[in-house]
Amino acid sequence: MYDFLIAPFVDFGFMKRALVASLCLSVGGSSIGVFLILRRMSLMGDALAHALLPGAALGFLLGGLSLPAMSLGGFLAGITTALVSGAIARFTSMREDASFAAAYLTALALGVLIVSLRGSAVDLMNILFGAILAVDDQAMFLVAGTTTVTLVGLAAIYRPLVVECFNPGFLAAMGVKGALYHYLFLGLAVLNMVAAFQALGTLMALGLMLLPAVASSFWAREVWSMTAIAAPMAFLSAAIGLLISFHAGLPSGPVIVLMASLCFLGSLLFGSRASVRARLSHPVHLRG
Amino acid sequence: MTAALKLVDLTVSYDRHPAVHHLSTEIPAAEMTAIVGPNGAGKSSLLKALVGLAPRVEGRIECSARRIAYLPQQAEIDRSFPISVLDTVLLGRWSRFGAFGKAAKVDVHDAQHAIEAVGLSGFERRPIDTLSVGQFQRVLFARLLLQDADLVLLDEPFAAIDAKTVGDLMELIRRWRSEKRTVVAVLHDLDQVRHDFPNSLLLARELVDSGPTARVLSPENLLRARAMAEAWDDQAGACEMPLSSSVIPSGAKRSRGTSSSRVA
Repeated sequence: MYDFLIAPFVDFGFMKRALVASLCLSVGGSSIGVFLILRRMSLMGDALAHALLPGAALGFLLGGLSLPAMSLGGFLAGITTALVSGAIARFTSMREDASFAAAYLTALALGVLIVSLRGSAVDLMNILFGAILAVDDQAMFLVAGTTTVTLVGLAAIYRPLVVECFNPGFLAAMGVKGALYHYLFLGLAVLNMVAAFQALGTLMALGLMLLPAVASSFWAREVWSMTAIAAPMAFLSAAIGLLISFHAGLPSGPVIVLMASLCFLGSLLFGSRASVRARLSHPVHLRG
Repeated sequence: MTAALKLVDLTVSYDRHPAVHHLSTEIPAAEMTAIVGPNGAGKSSLLKALVGLAPRVEGRIECSARRIAYLPQQAEIDRSFPISVLDTVLLGRWSRFGAFGKAAKVDVHDAQHAIEAVGLSGFERRPIDTLSVGQFQRVLFARLLLQDADLVLLDEPFAAIDAKTVGDLMELIRRWRSEKRTVVAVLHDLDQVRHDFPNSLLLARELVDSGPTARVLSPENLLRARAMAEAWDDQAGACEMPLSSSVIPSGAKRSRGTSSSRVA
């Protein structure tokens, strides 16, 4: 038991770092994920994550497999995509989801093209699918720093963000620029995606953010309780995923995301509200 | 009669088509005014322009109110959002604690009072997605109570609301009037307007008439309003009526009459 569960994390530095990194990603990312769902932006978030690719690829082209270059490139690309598609939606009558889709498809194609200019298929795989076992100290500080900024930032903009989610007109009537908080939130989301893509790759960066958040909505109905459920769920998925990938020699990113999918599936089936179980069980209705 | 609101040559447009067209009128202070008109007559757009939510507003709005409270149509609120009744009502004190401040004990206390006043005691911790349409409207009225505004704008406050709730909420509105607050409500039930609102503004993109309800809601006026509202012309050319005052860019602070006021 010890050999299976604990020893890998004790004996191997890269497993230790991967565990710490996934703890940070879980805590910061899942709170972002909860808000992405509540803002009905889960798919737009995904599009945004894909949009990091050309930036990361450009960083790769200029600096090789260097974390700062790729992270900065990814962050800039993500922010640009968010701002440009937001601006397109505001200035034309195009809906924001459509403009996001257009922007991210462009970005994805551009990114793959840029990587292929110089890199090998292995590099492309690394950027697309990540390598959490290759997380070094530098990457760990990036992830930990991101989590700190995310939690402090979210706490600061919590109230306007919540009101902007459920009653934007009220916020506007109070003379508050809701769009500002929307973009601050998107900025935090992009930051988390950048931190996650080193570990999980641009294609699955959102896995640890969204899946636990969606799963938590089958158990809780407030922002804080959803986050409180999503974060440990994300961490558990990451830890178990790491162990399985370690012992079975499987790529860690997909295994971790699949573990999170299992959490989602379990919650979908057995959650306390709006789940399949709740739907199929017919408790006696109340008197009033 | 002092005016709470003076509109001068107000035009609100979407995609260049005017929803409210060259409207000039006054709305008396400390009085209840109903805004009446067919669908698409620009009633909601007018209220939105007053609180700065309309995309493009031309003309001038002079407002002597210190604080404005605005009740949107329910469709504009995401009622599935996980937030409690108490938290929703507390938002009425936004002007006090803003985006970052802490709600004081007295605010929570007042919020509980407001919830009691709208007949929802015991609902404080309930998430809003468990409420009926009528109950949720009571929550929004509790929030209005907390806003303590001297100008209250209500956009279809009684749409899809049962008679009992309408009665209770009307009671609150009458109390506002006795507290010298100005109430402006978009309404469709003409009998109710005749019964409860001494003052009316009949709108069909352009002003049909405004003043005492009995005069404004004459059959001729209503017929005229209906005919006017049905004309949306895709081929309409540019309006040649000169603007009597400067264009107000959307989102900018509008000039307001007597005091420097802000929406509360």
